[in-house]
Amino acid sequence: MESFTDHGIVLSARAHGEGGAIVALLTQENGRHAGYVHGAHSSRKRGMLEPGSAVKVEWRARVSDSLGTYTMEADRGLPPGVLEDPLKLSALMSACALCDSALPEREGHAGLYYGLQALMTALGEEHWEPVYVMWEIALLKELGFGLDLTRCAGGGDPRDLTHVSPKSGRAISAGMAEPYLARLLPLPQFLMPGGGGGDRADMVTGLKLTAHFLEHWVFAHHTKGVPEARIRFQERAEKSVISNKSLGVEAL
Amino acid sequence: MLDGPLDVLLKQLASLPGLGTRSARRIALHLLTRRETLMLPLSRSLKDSADAIKTCAVCHTLDTTDPCRICADPARDRRTICVVATVADVWAIERTGTYKGVYHVLGGVLSALDGIGPDQLTLDDLSTRGGDDLREVIIALPATVDGQSTAHVIADRLHGRSVHITRLAHGMPMGGELDYLDDGTIATALKSRARV
Repeated sequence: MESFTDHGIVLSARAHGEGGAIVALLTQENGRHAGYVHGAHSSRKRGMLEPGSAVKVEWRARVSDSLGTYTMEADRGLPPGVLEDPLKLSALMSACALCDSALPEREGHAGLYYGLQALMTALGEEHWEPVYVMWEIALLKELGFGLDLTRCAGGGDPRDLTHVSPKSGRAISAGMAEPYLARLLPLPQFLMPGGGGGDRADMVTGLKLTAHFLEHWVFAHHTKGVPEARIRFQERAEKSVISNKSLGVEAL
Repeated sequence: MLDGPLDVLLKQLASLPGLGTRSARRIALHLLTRRETLMLPLSRSLKDSADAIKTCAVCHTLDTTDPCRICADPARDRRTICVVATVADVWAIERTGTYKGVYHVLGGVLSALDGIGPDQLTLDDLSTRGGDDLREVIIALPATVDGQSTAHVIADRLHGRSVHITRLAHGMPMGGELDYLDDGTIATALKSRARV
């Protein structure tokens, strides 16, 4: 009998059979790991199987290769206020969908688990926008597609980085970027050496940056492409920036 | 061991929600031993329901008339529409006897995992319902990630119309004890606290 106990964050729950579900978790020690949950539609279990909920789990299987079953206990529910805020809810769904579709199964990613946990905490706070973009950059790195935002790829001033090369994922300084501005990806202000920024418009700049690498690097060979939830999140963020601008709101 | 009509009956009973092969056998035996009093009336009821029950073209609920009795009732307030996921939700709200408006049944909630997109739901019909008289849309969808995502999509679609968009309150259930509630429910209940 194979078994482990672990902490996890629910990524998805697909109904299977009448009362059960196949639940995918991002666990602390065992990476993305799926298992069958009996009675998943019961009133006691339904709440803890929402994407983004933190759970303590015990996984058991006859042999290590089989799906196995989870018994779980709620650890922490969804971050407060997430269900009421359309953009935060889209961000949560996007993060869970990205982990669920991009991460290989049963491969430890403890750093990413803690990162997702930090993102969930940030979603309960007011200023969460830069955290989301940084989490996606960490996801890219964890998958082997790290961006180099520490120095200029063209040998320019490392204190003046403003863009990123869409081919190499390396930062470019303002001076070196000048002739190629139309082809380069702008760096959000909070990722520039001076820091600062971090408003919603800045997050959209960051989302466009990471979206390029998710599409061309991570999901280039996935038949389904970038998850629908990630696309919808970016669209909603862009709409929210446009509506904030029309209302004359500079930063939220 | 079993074949012919009995085998078909067992398979059809076992395909019903909540029933397996063992329960199907028990029910089949129960019906067959009460042919005149139970089995034939049941088969007639099933046929009558299949023939008579229609989907309301206005609100998409199930009834014997189209439009349904709720949509056709002049006493109902047509300026208020309660949006629900399934017909079972209409029945649940009707049981309370407190709601006097009309309904709109979406036919589910958006779910990327289950492949349910806006085209599979009746969102387009909702956007055009009520006309200029519409005053309030009450979103009564599940307090789940998918349910609330659908609620936000509905709010987006109704954006620009002069209509109040409300949702059911989240928080302490009747008879609920704090110690047994999850953190999210307590946090939401605190946020939506009301003056005593």
